[in-house]
Amino acid sequence: MAEPAQKPPKSSTPPGADRSGAGKHILTDADINRVVNRIAHQILEKTKGAENTVLLGIPTRGVALAGRLAARLKDFADISVPAGALDITLYRDDLHMKALRALGPTDVPPEGIDGQRVILVDDVLYSGRTIRAALNALYDIGRPSQVQLAVLVDRGHRELPIRPDYVGKNIPTAREESVRVLLREYDDLDAVTLSGGDA
Amino acid sequence: MKHLLTCQALSRDDAELILDSAQQMAEAVRGREVPKLPTLRGRTVVNLFFEDSTRTRTSFETAAKRLSADVVNFAAKSSSLSKGESLRDTALTLQAMGADAVVVRHGASGAPQQLTRWLDGAVLNAGDGTHAHPTQALLDAFTIRQRLGEVEGKTVTIVGDILHSRVARSNVWLLSTLGARVRLVAPPTLLPVAAQKWPVDISYDLDSALSDTDAIMMLRVQHERMRDSFFPSVREYARMYGLTAAREARLPGHAIVMHPGPMNRGMEIASSVADSPRSTITEQVTNGVWVRMAVLYLLLTSDSTSNTLHGTGTEARS
Repeated sequence: MAEPAQKPPKSSTPPGADRSGAGKHILTDADINRVVNRIAHQILEKTKGAENTVLLGIPTRGVALAGRLAARLKDFADISVPAGALDITLYRDDLHMKALRALGPTDVPPEGIDGQRVILVDDVLYSGRTIRAALNALYDIGRPSQVQLAVLVDRGHRELPIRPDYVGKNIPTAREESVRVLLREYDDLDAVTLSGGDA
Repeated sequence: MKHLLTCQALSRDDAELILDSAQQMAEAVRGREVPKLPTLRGRTVVNLFFEDSTRTRTSFETAAKRLSADVVNFAAKSSSLSKGESLRDTALTLQAMGADAVVVRHGASGAPQQLTRWLDGAVLNAGDGTHAHPTQALLDAFTIRQRLGEVEGKTVTIVGDILHSRVARSNVWLLSTLGARVRLVAPPTLLPVAAQKWPVDISYDLDSALSDTDAIMMLRVQHERMRDSFFPSVREYARMYGLTAAREARLPGHAIVMHPGPMNRGMEIASSVADSPRSTITEQVTNGVWVRMAVLYLLLTSDSTSNTLHGTGTEARS
């Protein structure tokens, strides 16, 4: 399982420090760029033009990915898809089992999400508990017509019956391993690394 | 952070985390049909009030209920305390009932601190004697931030009965921790001797303090705590230290007027000032709920073995 972040988001980490991406590189800068492009194309194809669609990223790195996807949709199909953020902290079922976490922003388009196709965007899909919390959070805000899930990395080990619609890369992992997603918006570089475990 | 007893114990990071969380709380439920979050489902919050306080008690109750906690109200007057039960026995009873958090108001300074020795759960000070009222100071700081953008660098003038005011004491520490300049204005009889050692400016003249004030906080004259006469007459107090319409007009255009309530209209604050657009009095009440939600969230959801605060770190997620 991944380690808790030891620093708040949005502060820069010099390369070589805690979040430098030590471990085996799974995706490089160029790979992430390609993967995000591919997901954007898949969204256009699967949603037949991404009309009535809202991208909601799960803080922190899902928000950056949602923003990138929205920019790509604009580039590829000249369509403006609102990109927001959905913080799920207050809906988690394991709050008292872990170190305290600060709340992230929730930023939903002013017109709401009723009747919209909501695409949840996250960096890593693991047990599925985050997405369960996200679904609860979402239905407290409104009633989307459909909910889809896009993730940069699916590392397996699902504990709930949740399946992503768009996957950047499937990474088979052991539970002891950590997957780290670094994005320029927060970490000064784009990379996905795998560390820990015997692998 | 296991308990919230005083503002002196809060670091700047802690205080800012609470204020930021309160902001997120406000945004999380704003405009919702059902303004309720499942965060504290199954947790029990006990409101233990040895002094009457509708405002603070309902604010804590609302905050806990919005986070789906179970709330038990325990008013000392209708409990066995009136039959002579000790604070310790009350605490042991609450412990046996499995209270996850106890919100306590007590006439004796230090009572919440004492409770932390006997209770496993979190203790939140909702006002103890003339000592501290941390959530009131936090909601005041939240209101200043909301209206003026930030607390740092602002001049906050606190006027009136500093001697008996736990609100003033908590505000002095919190606001200076957050980088504000705090000025106390009061008759010399209503200033504690220790105030000379606080990180504040002291003045006895309200008129000279108006022009550079960003936020003016009027305190209630606490008749119930005054056993001696601290000023010659109500009329004279109002003339010297009351915020009248004329004084309000001399505040800078952006300045806000605050009051922790309940107000003595016409005494420390004129009715027209209390109802003016500068006044934040009703916002303070609303903000109190967000701040108390944030405090309950932060005290009740962290791993009991860890007192450290962490960032949001998405990769920590499972």
